[in-house]
Amino acid sequence: MVTTVEQVREVLASVHDPEIPVLTIDDLGVLRDVAVDGTHVTVTITPTYSGCPAMDEIRADIVTALAAAGLDDAEVRTELAPAWTTDWMSEDGRRKLREYGIAPPGELLLQIGRRPEISCPQCGSSDTEEMARFASTSCKSMWRCRACREPFDHFKAH
Amino acid sequence: MAVQDLDVAAYCLRLGDDALVLAQRLCEWAARSPQLEEDVALMNLALDLLGQSRSLLTLAGEREGAGRDEDDLAFLRDEPDFVNAQLMELDNGDFGRTMARQLLVSAWSLPLWDALVTSTDPDLAAIAGKAVKEVAYHLDHARSWVVRLGDGTEESHRRMQAGLDEVWPYSFELFESDDLLQRLVERGVAADPAALQPIWLATVSEVVAEATLSLPETDWRPAGGRRGTHTEAFGYLLAELQHLHRSHPGVSW
Repeated sequence: MVTTVEQVREVLASVHDPEIPVLTIDDLGVLRDVAVDGTHVTVTITPTYSGCPAMDEIRADIVTALAAAGLDDAEVRTELAPAWTTDWMSEDGRRKLREYGIAPPGELLLQIGRRPEISCPQCGSSDTEEMARFASTSCKSMWRCRACREPFDHFKAH
Repeated sequence: MAVQDLDVAAYCLRLGDDALVLAQRLCEWAARSPQLEEDVALMNLALDLLGQSRSLLTLAGEREGAGRDEDDLAFLRDEPDFVNAQLMELDNGDFGRTMARQLLVSAWSLPLWDALVTSTDPDLAAIAGKAVKEVAYHLDHARSWVVRLGDGTEESHRRMQAGLDEVWPYSFELFESDDLLQRLVERGVAADPAALQPIWLATVSEVVAEATLSLPETDWRPAGGRRGTHTEAFGYLLAELQHLHRSHPGVSW
């Protein structure tokens, strides 16, 4: 049987971010490359943040998913450059995040002290305020909506 | 794939030790911060720094070419082998002092990583590409607290100024040069510390003014961290950091 890149990508579509299970690693932009040489599969991923603790689990999940599909000869490589950015998050990924209750990344914070404008993922209102710059994970900040009074997470632009 | 380069190894060790030691200090705030949100924030900052440190120590080990990995470097070196700036190891003190240190460090590391994005060492440049985005958030976080406490109540203003006064003298070490840095700057590997100082001072001055605080005036310039000389507080930090690994070599979860 010949292994193809398409086949591997299909298997990897079942690998999700352990912290945000609605997103696949492809949606998130963590999956950078798939290469196949005969039966040997090389998957290249890139970390979101330097200290992202989900990377070890993602690496293990990739190997497990490929092995379950009969692709035993797999290697996962980690590459830092080019540095991951929230711009790599797919449109589909942004929609899934919003539906899950997390406001997708807005503009990149370029100036110190400037706050991005974020819409509430529940009611869509832009009357929102940041409660804390850091939340349950490094990649999110904590917000609340003044219109529907719901708190929500925002995936920070990075 | 690993290329031996002892100068680059030594430089990565300095930056890796800076990040590791500051991460360890920040972790001391776990469950002790003034607010729940701040507990989460400080642990996130520490996590970023720990991640940067892991990449830097791994690279230091590769360039050294003696087979040492990140764990060997973090857990099996003694005090005089650590080459972090002394500013990183200072006791946390109160929250104001921790935020003063955080401001001085972040205002330095942002232009540092920004410069290293174009380092001629591709692996160091890759680490910088990630770190620069992380420390931009660290600087913003420190700025907002320094302003809030400095321009707050009489008591918060007094303590914020006291914290700034205490950590300030240790900032000079960040801008010291030596033979190693001169060689690496010439090769385009390292950032020139002298070029970082005006950028740093402009950022810090702006925040300090906004916080209605004043820049400390002192001629005292303690240093020596880069040569393995450390303050008394450092030994206790290292003991806590290394205790488990040294008591149970090779232990895993």
